[in-house]
Amino acid sequence: MSNVVPSINDVEVGQELPPHTIHIDRASLVRYTGASLDRNRLHWDERFARSVGLPDVIAHGMFTMGTAINVVSDWVGDAGRVLEYGARFTKPVVVPYEGGADVEATGVVTAVDTQARRATVELRVTCGSDKVLGRAIAIVALD
Amino acid sequence: MVVNAGFAGRSYPPTAPYSVGREKIREFAEAVGADDVVHFDREQARARGYRDVIAPPTFAVLIAQQCEGQFIVDPESGIDFGRLVHGEQRFVHHRPITAGDEIVGVLTIDSVKAAGGNSMITTRSELSTIEGEPVCTATSTVVIRAGE
Repeated sequence: MSNVVPSINDVEVGQELPPHTIHIDRASLVRYTGASLDRNRLHWDERFARSVGLPDVIAHGMFTMGTAINVVSDWVGDAGRVLEYGARFTKPVVVPYEGGADVEATGVVTAVDTQARRATVELRVTCGSDKVLGRAIAIVALD
Repeated sequence: MVVNAGFAGRSYPPTAPYSVGREKIREFAEAVGADDVVHFDREQARARGYRDVIAPPTFAVLIAQQCEGQFIVDPESGIDFGRLVHGEQRFVHHRPITAGDEIVGVLTIDSVKAAGGNSMITTRSELSTIEGEPVCTATSTVVIRAGE
């Protein structure tokens, strides 16, 4: 991966970032469970998930949030340039055993501060027709 | 049992230090598909001005959730963990979390609100190094769903 941080002068409001498709299967959730130490059964035990009224196991909200920000990190060329990042968990991502789930993440620049060399990016993160993250906003430091 | 609204404004003592390891950063980065070499290669991280490999932007949740755990398991908080849903998460990074950091967290309960039988709790974990350098402010809102 290249490490070319965009110049603030080359970035404008409305600019679209290259989108990502994130394929999520049970193995993804097991990996994230181990890495994050978030071992809630909702994310790996379908019998348990159904017992609390969910259709199947669901992805960790933080897994979706953590993978979606790659759209921004890749664009800015250095993950350390992500200064702020927040999101609401609006809908769960249901991950069936067969086929898993596909999450689409896109980003658009919504503000540019040339003085501070910072840009604000709003992410749109969907699974099928569901918007799974709301108010997903990142602020990045540019050159 | 309802969530104890008297907890709003309460702070907890600093947590025991969390040692940020290079291999934990690698494991977390792989799990979220973050392929920036800055998470894996110390020389490349140094070339960009970092002391060592740095963590992906949401790695802080790992430390912040250990910090929040103090409140969730506090018997006086009235929280039923089985009814807890993560509603919102935000990170303000003062600088990237870097391998070799020893991080402590100070938890503050910013607000406890009732909404239609549910409780909404917003907590703030101020993460800093044991030397006192601010690293990240992690704000989390959880919803405790009403019982049947």
